[in-house]
This record gives sequence, C-alpha cells and structure tokens, in this order.
Amino acid sequence: MAEEKKLFKVTIDNITVEVEQGTTILQAARMIGGDVAPPAMCYYTSLKGSGGKCRTCLVEVAAGSTADPRPMPKLVASCRTAVMDGMVVKNITSEKVIDARNGVVEFLLINHPLDCPICDQAGECHLQDLSYEHGKEGTRYEFPRRTFEKHNLGPYIQLHMTRCILCYRCVYVADQLTEKREHGILDRGDHAQIATYIEKALDNDFIGNVIDVCPVGALTDRTFRFKNRVWFLKPMDAHRECSKCCGRVTLWNRGDEVYRITARKDQWGEVKEWICNECRFDKKHASDWVIEGPTKVSRHSVISQGHYVGTVKPKETLPEVMGGRDPRLLMDIHSVSKVNKPEVKLSELPGPSTGAVFEKKTDETKALSDKADQASK
Amino acid sequence: MAVGSPTSCQITGTAKIKQAIYSNIADQDMGVKLLLKDAQVEGIRYYDAYRKQGGYTAAEKALKMAPEAIVEEVKKSGLRGRGGAGFPTGMKWSFIAKPEGVPRHLVCNADESEPGTFKDRYLMEFIPHLLIEGLIISSFALGSNATYIYIRGEYAWIPDILEQAIDEAKAHGFLGKNILGTGFDCEIYVQRGAGAYICGEETALIESLEGKRGNPRIKPPFPAVKGVWDRPTVVNNVETLAAVVPIINMGGEEYARIGVGRSTGTKLISACGNINKPGVYEIDMTISVEEFIYSDEYCGGIANGKKLKACIPGGSSVPILPANLLLKTAKGETRMMNYESLSDGGFQTGSMMGSGGFIVLDEDQCVVRHTLTLARFYRHESCGQCSPCREGTGWMEKILKNIEYGRGKSSDIDLLWDIQRKIEGNTICPLGDAAAWPVAAAIRHFRDEFEWHVANPVESQQRNYGLAHYADPLAVAV
Repeated sequence: MAEEKKLFKVTIDNITVEVEQGTTILQAARMIGGDVAPPAMCYYTSLKGSGGKCRTCLVEVAAGSTADPRPMPKLVASCRTAVMDGMVVKNITSEKVIDARNGVVEFLLINHPLDCPICDQAGECHLQDLSYEHGKEGTRYEFPRRTFEKHNLGPYIQLHMTRCILCYRCVYVADQLTEKREHGILDRGDHAQIATYIEKALDNDFIGNVIDVCPVGALTDRTFRFKNRVWFLKPMDAHRECSKCCGRVTLWNRGDEVYRITARKDQWGEVKEWICNECRFDKKHASDWVIEGPTKVSRHSVISQGHYVGTVKPKETLPEVMGGRDPRLLMDIHSVSKVNKPEVKLSELPGPSTGAVFEKKTDETKALSDKADQASK
Repeated sequence: MAVGSPTSCQITGTAKIKQAIYSNIADQDMGVKLLLKDAQVEGIRYYDAYRKQGGYTAAEKALKMAPEAIVEEVKKSGLRGRGGAGFPTGMKWSFIAKPEGVPRHLVCNADESEPGTFKDRYLMEFIPHLLIEGLIISSFALGSNATYIYIRGEYAWIPDILEQAIDEAKAHGFLGKNILGTGFDCEIYVQRGAGAYICGEETALIESLEGKRGNPRIKPPFPAVKGVWDRPTVVNNVETLAAVVPIINMGGEEYARIGVGRSTGTKLISACGNINKPGVYEIDMTISVEEFIYSDEYCGGIANGKKLKACIPGGSSVPILPANLLLKTAKGETRMMNYESLSDGGFQTGSMMGSGGFIVLDEDQCVVRHTLTLARFYRHESCGQCSPCREGTGWMEKILKNIEYGRGKSSDIDLLWDIQRKIEGNTICPLGDAAAWPVAAAIRHFRDEFEWHVANPVESQQRNYGLAHYADPLAVAV
C-alpha cells in the first residue's frame, strides 16, 4: 500500500475539511463547494503561475496554523496561499472580506464598459456573475471610462481591450500551451493593455483556448461573434478523432446548426482539456462529431433555460409545404393583419388612428379626419 | 503651539541627550558621520583617495572573518534596512536559505525612485567605493559569487561611475577570482533599469533583473528562498550595504551605541522642499525634527522666512504630517528623527521614517495640489497587475483633479477616503499602500482644506488656503 500522505485540517467558514499538503485555500474551499468557495477571476487551476492578481478571492486567515495560531495581518489571496494544518479561514463569515471584495468588484467595473446587452460573453461571463453576487447596485464612478480600439488577432480571435480586466490568463495560456507567445501586456497601470505590439495575427494551433479562458468578453470567437446569445444555444458533449488534441468538446447548437465549439468546462468554469484550433473553428457541422449527449449545465446558469434532456426535435415540414421555400417567418404579415396596410401612410395620419381609419380607403382617411376636426370645433 | 526657530534651551536639550549617549565619542557637537565623513575629500570617487582615507580595510578585515561572524556582527549592530521598511538587516541575512549546490545572490537595490529621496544617488555618485566595499563584505557573508546592482534608468551617468569603481577594485584584487587569497570569488554586475518606480519593489526588481516585465511577485515564496532565477537572494538598499563598512570597521556593538533605542547608527536624509539648504545630510537619529529643520547645520530653516505648514518625513509614500504633529507627538513629547519617534502614534498622529526623503511644505503650499501630484505619480507608476491599485489609483487622481480645479463635491472627500481604504492592504505589493497613505493622511489632517476647495471653487483657483487650522485628525481606518 502506498504511503499515506499527511492531511492538513483546515476550517473554512466553520466547515472543516481535510486536504493534502500544498493545497491552496481556494482549492480547499472548492472541495467544500457552494458559497464558501471564493470567486476567482484570474486564477486558473491548470495554468501555472496564474492567480493573485484580481484580488476577488481575498479571505481572512483568523489563525495561521496549529503551531502558530496568530492571524495574518492582511487579507490574503486564497488562490495563492497554501493551507497549513489547523488553519482557520473566514470567507463569507468575515465582514472585512465582504467589504474588500465589494471594493474589488467596484474597481473591476469602473473601467468596464458594461455593454452586456451587445457582448457575446453575456450569460457565461464571470464578471457578470461576480458583480451580481458580490457587487453593489450602483457605481460611484463619474468619469469617462477607458476605451481601446478593437483588434483582430488573426482570422479567429477578436480582442476588445475595453472589456479586459487584465487577469493575464491568456498570456499564461500562450506561454504554457503554445510554442511562441506573441502577445503580452503593454504599458502599465490603468492604461495597460493586452496587445501584440504591432498588429500581429496570433497563429498557433492552440491559441483558440485564450477565448475559453477569458473571464470576460475581451477575447471573442470571430466565427461566433453576434451570431447568437449563448442562452439560446444548447450545449452538447461531443468528440471526434483529432491528431492534435483530445477532440473532446462542447458543441453549442441551435437546431441542427452548430454555432460554436468550445472546450469542456468544469463547474468552476475552467477548461478540462485544451482543444486545437481545427476542432474549435473548422468543424462546424454536426456530422463532424460523435454526439454524446447534452452537457450538464448548472441550474443557476442562464444557459440551463435552454436545457432539453430527452426531447426530440420535431420534423421540419415547412419547406415541403412551401414548395421548397424556407422562410424565416411563417405568415405574410400584410395579408394576415388588418392593421398593416402598406397603402396607409402612418406618418400622415393626423391623430390617434383606429381600426375605422384602416378600413377606409386611403383617400377617404383625410376627409374623415377633417370631419373629426370640424366636429371638435 | 508657536512655530518658529527653536529656542536655545531646546537645542541644549538634544545636546544633553547626545552627551549621555556618546560619552566615549569626542566630537559631540557635529554628530557622528560614518558614511559621508570623507565625502568632501578630493578624488574620493577614485580608488587611491578612498584607500588613503582607510578604505577597503573593512573588506580586508571581513574576508579574514567567518561569514557567520559577519552576519552576527550586523545583527549586533541593529542595522535596519534603509530602503523604507526598516527591517533588521542581520535578521534578513540570516533568513537566506542555503540549499546544497544552489548559488545565492546579493542584489543591491539602487532603483531609488521615491519622490523626495536622493540619498543613494549622492552616495553612489561621490563615494562609489563605499558601496563596492559594502557589497564585497556582504557578498562574502552571504556567499554570493555574482552580485548585482540594479540601478534606476534615470541615473544614466552613475553606472559608469560604479563600473569604473568595480574595475579599480578588481585591479587591486578586491573583486574577481580568489579575492585577497581567501579563495572567495565575487563579481559585481551593474544592471540598468528602464525607469519604473515599481522596480524598486524587491520582487519586481528581481523580475526586471531576470529580463522580464517588472511586475511584483506574489509572496510567499520570499526572495530569501526563491529570488533571482529561483535562487536564494537578498535584496538590500544602497545605504544599508554601505553601512556594513563602518559596522565591520568599528564592530557591531560599537555601531549600535550610536543612535537611540532600536534606531542605531546613522541615517542619510535627503531634505528638499521649502528649506534654505536642501541636500543630503547624515544624522545620528538623536536630533529632533525641529532641530533638523531649523538648525543651520542641517536644513537651515524655512526659505524666505515663511512658516512651516506640513512635512513628509520619509519619502512621498509615508503619511504627511501637519506642523503641530511633526514637531511634537500627540503625547506632547518632542519628535525625534528616528524610526520609533517618527512612527509614534501610528498613522493616526504619526508617520514613518521611510527612505529618508524629507519634504518640507511651507504656508504657501496647497495640500490638495500636493496630494494630486502624488496621486498622479502613483497612477502613472502602478504596474497594473492587481485590480485595486490599477483602477483605484486612477480614480483617486481623477477625483483629486476635480477638487483641485474647483469641480469637486463634498461627497468626493468621503469617496476618496473610501477608495484609499479599499486599496490599502488589498494589493500584491506595497505600492497600493504607498498610493493610499498620502491621500489618507492628507484627508485625515487637512480635511478642512479639502472642504474649503470644494466650498470655494473660484477662490481656490486664485489663492492658497494658507496655514492649516489643524483640526483633530480623523480616525485611522480599521
């Protein structure tokens, strides 16, 4: 039998859990799950060196360890702090943490455009979730927000720096997954930006993964931009034989059409296995894939509203009925509705219009309204 | 209290303290000079003159000692880091990990970028051999065969001076292979920075030294365990390393007799602002702040006979103090120029020794404008890695700009207070704190001036507020 590893006992929000040595507080909290797990915007389990930057995962350490039970003087980034035996951590039970997290959310949002209605990430955006759960309802920021030009990083990826929260995840992905990193951080402070310096295309077999790791809508899939809202799509687990990657992906379908392909993500929104660009961008037909079944989506996610376990798609009969035509709308609005008459010029109607106006012929309408005017006088 | 030149009785008072401490030191009046004693000697920049003044005797002495004995000597001296935090140097040296077969490094932090601090520049420019000698001794004590001086890019002419000093030391056998026949090899390399304040933070400095973007690392691991190229590293300030030379020369215990309490030895203070004699002064930490500002030996009083309004005693990032709290602590004791006395009262009524950048503001200075200047500096120098500092510094600058230019609202002052409270302590490195403290202290001590700016948008563009009314300081954020 293998030698048993020493387990560390750590108490997070009054729940004690035993974890292996070297586990971070965040990982220990995720083992407990639920609200106890601090939010993480920049930490990514599979990316070495990530974390510690966004400061949303700050927790209070009320007792360092059994050996040294002194509390830590400052809030610590739980994603980069290893647990000690007997450590007592306060996350949602600490007012200090809630206050600090509130502040961090406010800081993250002051230069964010809040353009969720037109952002492709909406519905699966970590910043959206974070601000709903930990933020305030209003902002105290009264200045123009920082903006950048949009950049196309090659044929597949668009960078919209205005939305970026500088989590550095995409930099780590390029560093650790691809052979040559061609983008990085330029400038400092609040004008720091992700850039390729001189507009270069990011051309690499695995560079598409930067889209998946981006917690906000700063890096988007150009083959999917403005095609659909994610909550109208139905995620399906699928796989194919791929010589470059594992080939296990999530297809995002609407009807038969595959709108986009992403890597499979776990419950913390982290990619389980990286996929290559070919799988992600080029295989957009259901026939390219062996479909395994619907992806399990958290009930709390807006995407779950499109969940459809066990339902069968009805047969499409309309093209047959219409003689091969496949119209977007079923009815011809002018022939069905009494109200919509192209010959009635709505802007020329003198007052509130009723059904009576529409039933008359156009040249009679004016006389009718004149009559009404005289009557009122 | 009346603010003016000190009475003779006050000066005799400090002289008496000195007498009690230095019964064995003959020259009591001038204070002790250890680092700058030869600064005026002609040609001290070059090896011959430096050697003639007794230079490199400490290196000769130290290389005959055991490395542990040197660390012990530094521990006994009570020398505290001169870069700002004031951490005991001997303790820092003893923390360095010593794994088998892994090289260790000493890095000299010469990225002196704090507004108001220019003591290291003076030291490196005029007595470079003092630093080189200190580096040789410290490298030997720590077992560093490759030692680096990371110097800020703006000091464009100083690397040449240092490199010349290194060449001279090498020619005389104090650097290179088998130094003085002890079998110890040491090379010193000068690395120029590219002009970033953040690279004065030790982990950012290490990153920059490795050729990467100067972003601070997340601690732990500390540099003493994993520093330059993941090897155990000690990063020390220029002045700290230079102070090792007199410690070895006179012995740690003797060095510890200079100064008071835990503030031992001498400290370089770079004084600037509205004073008659700006410059770098070496003090022995037994004089009062009042004496330092008004005596002719040091700053020589406020320029043009104006009154003292406020002062930043330790470089731009430490809290500003109004005149009443600067000269006397909240308890009514005379405030002295040392680590303990300057931080007496915490941030509520005290400040910090910091890096010794002594900035004096006279009655004509506007605290709001001054705070805006600092906020602009920190906004510009924030590395942009962690969100509170990246976004918060810019926000504070914008609000301060509004207040300064008569567009402020009274709620802006509370908002500023709240922003600084949310930055402080929540960032990766101390730059966030350094950006928050000046704003916090300005509002704490000069809130009436901020309110006057908000209430009189037109008048505030035409004249300054003048002397503060010294309202009771606001409570420190818990």
